[in-house]
Amino acid sequence: MILVENLTKSYKSSGGPVTALENINLRIQKGDIFGIIGFSGAGKSTLIRCLNRLEEPDSGTVEIEGLRITDLDEKELRMARRKIGMIFQQFNLLDSKTVFQNVAFPLKVAGVPKPQLAERVREILDLVQLGDKENVYPSQLSGGQKQRVGIARALVNEPDVLLSDEATSALDPQTTYSTLELLKDINRQLNLTIVLITHELDVLQHICRNMAVIEKGRIVETGTVDKFFLQPESDTARRFVSIIDHYRRERTVLEGAGAGI
Amino acid sequence: MRDDLVELLVEGLQETLFMVVWASLFALLLGSALGITLVVTEKGGILAAPRLNKVIGTAINAVRSLPFIILIVLLLPLARLIVGTTLGPTAAIVSLSIGAAPFLGRIIENSLKEVSSGKIEAAKSVGASPWTIILRVLIPEALPALIRAVTIGVIAITEFTAVAGAIGAGGLGSLAIRFGYQRFREDILIATVILIILIVQIIQWSGDSIAKSVIRKRFKLE
Repeated sequence: MILVENLTKSYKSSGGPVTALENINLRIQKGDIFGIIGFSGAGKSTLIRCLNRLEEPDSGTVEIEGLRITDLDEKELRMARRKIGMIFQQFNLLDSKTVFQNVAFPLKVAGVPKPQLAERVREILDLVQLGDKENVYPSQLSGGQKQRVGIARALVNEPDVLLSDEATSALDPQTTYSTLELLKDINRQLNLTIVLITHELDVLQHICRNMAVIEKGRIVETGTVDKFFLQPESDTARRFVSIIDHYRRERTVLEGAGAGI
Repeated sequence: MRDDLVELLVEGLQETLFMVVWASLFALLLGSALGITLVVTEKGGILAAPRLNKVIGTAINAVRSLPFIILIVLLLPLARLIVGTTLGPTAAIVSLSIGAAPFLGRIIENSLKEVSSGKIEAAKSVGASPWTIILRVLIPEALPALIRAVTIGVIAITEFTAVAGAIGAGGLGSLAIRFGYQRFREDILIATVILIILIVQIIQWSGDSIAKSVIRKRFKLE
């Protein structure tokens, strides 16, 4: 379980401090796929990066599987991060390393001995269906393949949680779909908790069970994905859903008139 | 050209190469330490220490703002302390290394800064320590740029050796001054100039080919 309490973060800027996150409270169950949706600048990226402290919150607590992430010192935090995988919009693979070496990197950091390391890397590369690409450099892969290497790297240490920072936003719709399917499979197979942030309704609809809506650094709505689409409460949620509703109405009208689309 | 002149040129060439190789090596060590420290200690860096960063930055700027020939004079006491003399190629290596290190530090800093912050974050997110990030992410990712930077640095050191020749370092620069300038021996002047040009070309060509081969391996470009 992930527990976020009273999380607050602000940035210094020339015009005084800017609040990025204000009093965030979240409870994410083990094994859930939890989506955080918001328009750009809402603070969703800051929020997810506070979970593994790539950004330091000003106050509040983050707890993952009973471990208070916000209480850890540098060294303890590095240990804790091994159990918190993360994938990124820009993949962030290392160009100087092959697919195998990229995926092996977290294991090297953790000091896993070589024979075990190779076995584990091949196992996870098979899981993301890149077993035949282990000696290839990232530059020779497609976007979808790169993200699968990213996923393999994030999962190779068998983390409890996977954080996804807009991981499909740089991919085309087809690749987005297959990447989401992969995440769904992994969630089922490993009972891995996935927290993802996105601005795409498709992503929520495809894989998330529960979700939160963030607006101007505040959580304005939480609940199941079904409730979000059926009974959006906040303005932001309604704005998101109205985009779909608009076309649904148009379609109904067109179908009623017997027109082909 | 008479045989003794050929001998002079060969000796000068040897001295120049001796100075370039050793000064480059020491300057590279010092410069890397400076460049890496600058990158990791800057605001938002993996070992952020803005004040230390400022101190080192200012010191580098101070050394770099001195004309090299004056720097050599300033460093003569240090050369005497380390190698026991202020004359000859060995003494010059002390001044050359320390004089070129700040320049190398800056160009190494610039190359390392090209590594995207996302890659560093990805390494942080798997629990990598700052040391691991420096050795396994920053340096390997910046390698092609680093090789080009070091090439520029070694060429600058080659130029510096010629300047150092003017005040007793030996080498081709000293030949050019002693014979070409003071004794009007144009043949020697031209010969030294050609040799220095050749050295610089070879360094540039080697640096380019190494950088290219690294890039080709990673990006499969022709």
